[in-house]
Amino acid sequence: MISETAPLFVETPFVRKKQRREVLAKCIFGLMAAAMVVPLLLIIGYLVYQGAPLISWDFLTTNPAGGMRRGGIWSALLGTIWLVGVSLLIAAPIGILAAVYLNEYAKDNWFNRVINLAVINLAGVPSIVHALFGLGAFVLFAGIGRSVLAASLTLAIMTLPVIIASTREALASVPRSFREACWNVGATRWQTIRAIVLPNSISGILTGVILQVSRAAGETAPIMFTGAVFFRNIGEGNLFAYNLKEQCMALSMHLYTVTTQVTGAPKPLPYAIAVVLLATVLLVNATAIVLRVILRSRKKW
Amino acid sequence: MADIQTREAARPNELSHSPHGALPAAGRAKKRAGRGGLAIAGEKLIELLIRLCGISAIIFVFGIFFFVFREAAPLFFEKPKAPTQEQAAMVERHADDHRPAHKVFSLKEFLFSKEWYPTSQSNVRFGVLALIVGTLSVTVLAMLMAVPFGLGAAVFVSEFCGGKLKETLKIVIELLAAIPSVVWGFIGLTVMNPIIQNLFNAPIGLNMLNGAILLALMSVPIMVSIGEDALKAVPDSFREAGIALGATKWQLVYRVLIPAAKNGLLAAVLLGVGRAVGETMAVLMATGHAVNIPFIKADGSFNPWFTFEPVRTLTATIAAELGEASEGSQHYRVLFLIGVLLFSITAVVNLTADMAIRGIKRK
Repeated sequence: MISETAPLFVETPFVRKKQRREVLAKCIFGLMAAAMVVPLLLIIGYLVYQGAPLISWDFLTTNPAGGMRRGGIWSALLGTIWLVGVSLLIAAPIGILAAVYLNEYAKDNWFNRVINLAVINLAGVPSIVHALFGLGAFVLFAGIGRSVLAASLTLAIMTLPVIIASTREALASVPRSFREACWNVGATRWQTIRAIVLPNSISGILTGVILQVSRAAGETAPIMFTGAVFFRNIGEGNLFAYNLKEQCMALSMHLYTVTTQVTGAPKPLPYAIAVVLLATVLLVNATAIVLRVILRSRKKW
Repeated sequence: MADIQTREAARPNELSHSPHGALPAAGRAKKRAGRGGLAIAGEKLIELLIRLCGISAIIFVFGIFFFVFREAAPLFFEKPKAPTQEQAAMVERHADDHRPAHKVFSLKEFLFSKEWYPTSQSNVRFGVLALIVGTLSVTVLAMLMAVPFGLGAAVFVSEFCGGKLKETLKIVIELLAAIPSVVWGFIGLTVMNPIIQNLFNAPIGLNMLNGAILLALMSVPIMVSIGEDALKAVPDSFREAGIALGATKWQLVYRVLIPAAKNGLLAAVLLGVGRAVGETMAVLMATGHAVNIPFIKADGSFNPWFTFEPVRTLTATIAAELGEASEGSQHYRVLFLIGVLLFSITAVVNLTADMAIRGIKRK
């Protein structure tokens, strides 16, 4: 009797078609994901392969020479460190406090919605427009002139949204009950923030700061007209060879110059510069990721 | 500033018996005892600072618009027929300098002429139509590649893979997003250029296609991460209902998740567009940098192989020419006006994307 009625879960052509489609869809989506990852690895591998013969400790610590056809990249590397460091000193406090305001103080009214829109907008402003702004505001209007300071200020404003976004996310992930407990023992708003909210969100804040570093290190357009120069000769091995009022070289700018303006450079040279720049940025990013993973696993709640 | 501080410090002292003055000192820490007044003044100060930083984003956005526009504005008020003393003096000083001829700036010509001859001796023309077309065509071509791949990858990461693979893919995408644009430009110049030449038998590899591929690779990561957020925001009950009805993953994605997350996916695409429009170094190095409307041949007919034409974008023009334009010249101001144009385009795109995201949150 039972065998004559159709069994419930048996493969009909329809089910088979459905499953075939499922596998096909999974493969296509997987290929799409792979299509981004594989070229990335191939390209990085190719760059490293081409640039490897030149990369050495000497390459990092000697100045470019011979019209940038020989020598190393010391002055560019140090310039990037300076630009990133100064911009970090400017952007980190402003960005963290702005995030504190947006997450801890701001009520949901039109004014704070405008602030949110401004942050979103700031994140979307093209880098070359930031360059124009830096030139118009810092170099010309404020009279700073083309210098490390003007370029760092430009970079700081450009990377501010990175810090604001990840700090906000970190602050928002601290449970509200933590704050309430602190308020209940009589602490004020700022005391609560300082003693409870900030220490508990330090991992997210650090991630934001590190991402800011990686973004600032790679940017070219904003510093082109505000403080980076094609070439400067500085003391090798001296970390304080630049100062705030002088112009500096930068790794990203150096790569652009060597690839497009310098003729007759040896073939591995631009590859080596690209590898150093790429390695710097990716290492910084990887640090942020590792930090995030470690601190997330230690979370107390 | 100083007397505000002292006044603020003085006020709480008078009220030191009020609960507000005593509570924090008692509640927080012993070392603060007896410093209630000072602590409150300090706190007021720091809250003021926090508020100031909070509105800094608004200040910066308006500052960017103001200062970029400020450098461009004299274009509209200039009267070249009666040069001011200063200008006359400058012309005299640079008499042997080959300064481009001066002409009244016209906004109509700026927007609708395709003649970009900013340094011409006899007849300067500032028409950015070709540059706008360049930016748009590269962006559209890049999006044709990036949207299916970006959203497909977002679906794969969010729905089709789990655990380790998912984490790994997300990390790789994050690293992909971190590659500096000048490195992308370098890749376009040295890796893509010969590949395109050989693969398509094109005369030059530095063209619209090259720039578009780079832009696609650059804007995919942001699409994946925003798109994945949008898919994650779809409540799990939607998925469970679908699975309970016997739907496969693909049916779930196609019939349930994509319609439910369409605003977020739209926002992902728009943010990708914003990134592509504003990208500078990669397109500067990879698109060939010729002022050219790719769709029209020299004889005026339609060019079906437009993807292999070199183009030039708005951003690349600023980056390439600002260094050469003398400060305060018409050319220099026109470049800033292009900056205003770019700022406006990306502002519209980003605000639309935000509205789309807000749309999902309200639901």
